[in-house]
Amino acid sequence: MSAEFDLKIHDTLADANLQLAIYTATGRLKDKRIEVTADDRLPDYQELRTQANALKKHAIDNLDHYLEEFERNVEAHGGKVVYCKDATEVSDFVLDLARRRGARLIVKSKSMTTEEVDLNERLEHHGLESVETDLGEYIIQLAHEKPYHIVAPALHKTRYDVADIFTKELHVARETVPEKLTLIARGVLREKFLKADIGISGANFLIADSGAVVLVENEGNARLTTSAPKIHIAVAGIEKVIPRAQDLAVFLKLLARSATGQLLSVYTSFLAGPRRTGEVDGPEEFYVVLLDNGRTKLLPDRSKRQSLYCIRCGACLNACPVYRKIGGHSFPWVYSGPIGAIITPQFMGVSHEPALPFASSLCGACGEVCPVKIDIPKVLLELRSDVKKSEAREGQNRIEKLAFRVFAWVMTHPRIYELAGRMAGSMAPAGDGKWIHSVPAPMSVGPMKAWLSQRDLPPSPSRSFREMWRQR
Amino acid sequence: MGNQVSLFVTCMVDQLFPKVGIAMADVLERLGYRVDFPEQQTCCGQPAYNSGYRAEARTVARHFLKTFQASETIVVPSGSCTAMVTHHFADLFQKEPETLALVHAMEKKVYEFATFLTEVACVEDVGARMEDVVTFHDGCHALRELGIKSAPRRLLAHVKGLELREMAPAEECCGFGGTFAVKFAELSGAMARTKIDAILGTGAHTVVSLDPSCLMQIQGALSRAGLNLRTMHLAEVLASR
Repeated sequence: MSAEFDLKIHDTLADANLQLAIYTATGRLKDKRIEVTADDRLPDYQELRTQANALKKHAIDNLDHYLEEFERNVEAHGGKVVYCKDATEVSDFVLDLARRRGARLIVKSKSMTTEEVDLNERLEHHGLESVETDLGEYIIQLAHEKPYHIVAPALHKTRYDVADIFTKELHVARETVPEKLTLIARGVLREKFLKADIGISGANFLIADSGAVVLVENEGNARLTTSAPKIHIAVAGIEKVIPRAQDLAVFLKLLARSATGQLLSVYTSFLAGPRRTGEVDGPEEFYVVLLDNGRTKLLPDRSKRQSLYCIRCGACLNACPVYRKIGGHSFPWVYSGPIGAIITPQFMGVSHEPALPFASSLCGACGEVCPVKIDIPKVLLELRSDVKKSEAREGQNRIEKLAFRVFAWVMTHPRIYELAGRMAGSMAPAGDGKWIHSVPAPMSVGPMKAWLSQRDLPPSPSRSFREMWRQR
Repeated sequence: MGNQVSLFVTCMVDQLFPKVGIAMADVLERLGYRVDFPEQQTCCGQPAYNSGYRAEARTVARHFLKTFQASETIVVPSGSCTAMVTHHFADLFQKEPETLALVHAMEKKVYEFATFLTEVACVEDVGARMEDVVTFHDGCHALRELGIKSAPRRLLAHVKGLELREMAPAEECCGFGGTFAVKFAELSGAMARTKIDAILGTGAHTVVSLDPSCLMQIQGALSRAGLNLRTMHLAEVLASR
């Protein structure tokens, strides 16, 4: 494990206020999801999950076909599709367009894909102003942080934290009432919408048969972002494509329910191309940036490529007992929680943070709530195997490798196993049947030390089961 | 024939909690089963599998398949070790069709203890008596991989003198997770303490589960916190009279 990962986990666990904030916020989202997916509220929930999985599987298995169909249909509406292989290509495209149009100010609606490529930082580095307009995203942009959660980026901030951020960054009088804080942000952002030259959004779905970008949101800021400025750029991962508009009947029933426990989000926008002749609003130019950034690396693996089915609802984060303890910023990349633990090693390579797939008790709560039925625990197990293969190639972690070879040898030699058990039992401190609080210093190393750092150890029984059985 | 069962007690019960295995044998014998213990048995290989060492897991899995090949029915006092055999062995032998066939045959013969009682022996009342207030902790693999939810509760409901109080939430992980417990010790400990808060909320004196590993984690954390609650395997409760 990298020292950084270890330290971030430790610091988050040690912060009592943060622990309460994460646990409460995720608990609320988790309970709402359970409520609206219950049998009496959504009787066909499991069938919808199965359908969503089948649709995503079909789309990913035929990704080339649907991306080309999507591109043809976007261009038929007068829009343009731009393929980008990485972060640099995305920012180069935006910067070049901004330069040619003389654009200075960009408004953005919430998008994990643009967070993934650090778009704001890259644009600001070149002198452009790029403003997040989703309230949570705006808060963390002002705080110079990354999203804490896929759907609730400022989940870790209390209203008092937000009051401090607004006072410091916007130079306004301190307010702690949430509605008043929202009004302050609204006042600032309304001006930005009116002055912006370019609006950048993400995409929840790209519909191949209609060439449309679908955006799901609650605040109306994405609708303003995509309609007020003269130019709209949607940035989307290539895996967002679905075959038909009618498939949304499945996905839209699942997305808001899984994310926030809403039946449907407040706004669902279908954007297909720029303003047409005779229309009074909408952008004059419409671009869809299709981002690879590591996604195509997943395609050859028939099992692990299911990671690309994700619709970014965040349900797995709220259900995860690990996320609920270590929060979003302990994770090594912008994608946190169980889904982050499976896509980060695949997009960035397993050596980016080799401990990440191991930071799970494999409880399976993530797979249980995933609306598109990604078998997250299975993918984690496969990634663990990938990490060990990579370590073996690099000659790393040799002691652990040796320990498991010894384990396999002992477990296939029952007499040695029994002897080893007896030896371990005779070395264990006598606890008089009580659980053991500590062991002598020479024994307090490795896994023993780690176990005893948190818990007591069971006393060794005088006889093993097999010995008792023989004397029975 | 038909009433012979083999015990796979798991390495953890064999080495650390032998009374659980004895209790399981007692309950089965009282129900009229003839119980045997194949002496060659060791472990299911899950520690290696969950740690990413698939070749080593495969070696241990092969040993398991050989040891229990002749058994008709195998009963296991753990949801997690049962799931390793019934849900993960197949992943290990995808490239070995002959072994895979043996795995699929094995999958049909291996039962977690509570499921065996309710689904195969078709009993809910095993004639147990225990005066106590208990809460039941769902092991994650039992619950989510094997779908075991009502069987242990139906069995507990028939224990005379016993009151079951559900914790909120019963299905949240205790934080054990095999090598996770030592690789991420501080995090695992924090998860255990959240579980203990849920247990204390019920006012129960005893925590019951069907997985010895969860019980080791919970009892270890209870003991560390100086709390005078005990943990018991379901088999031990059902063997009480």
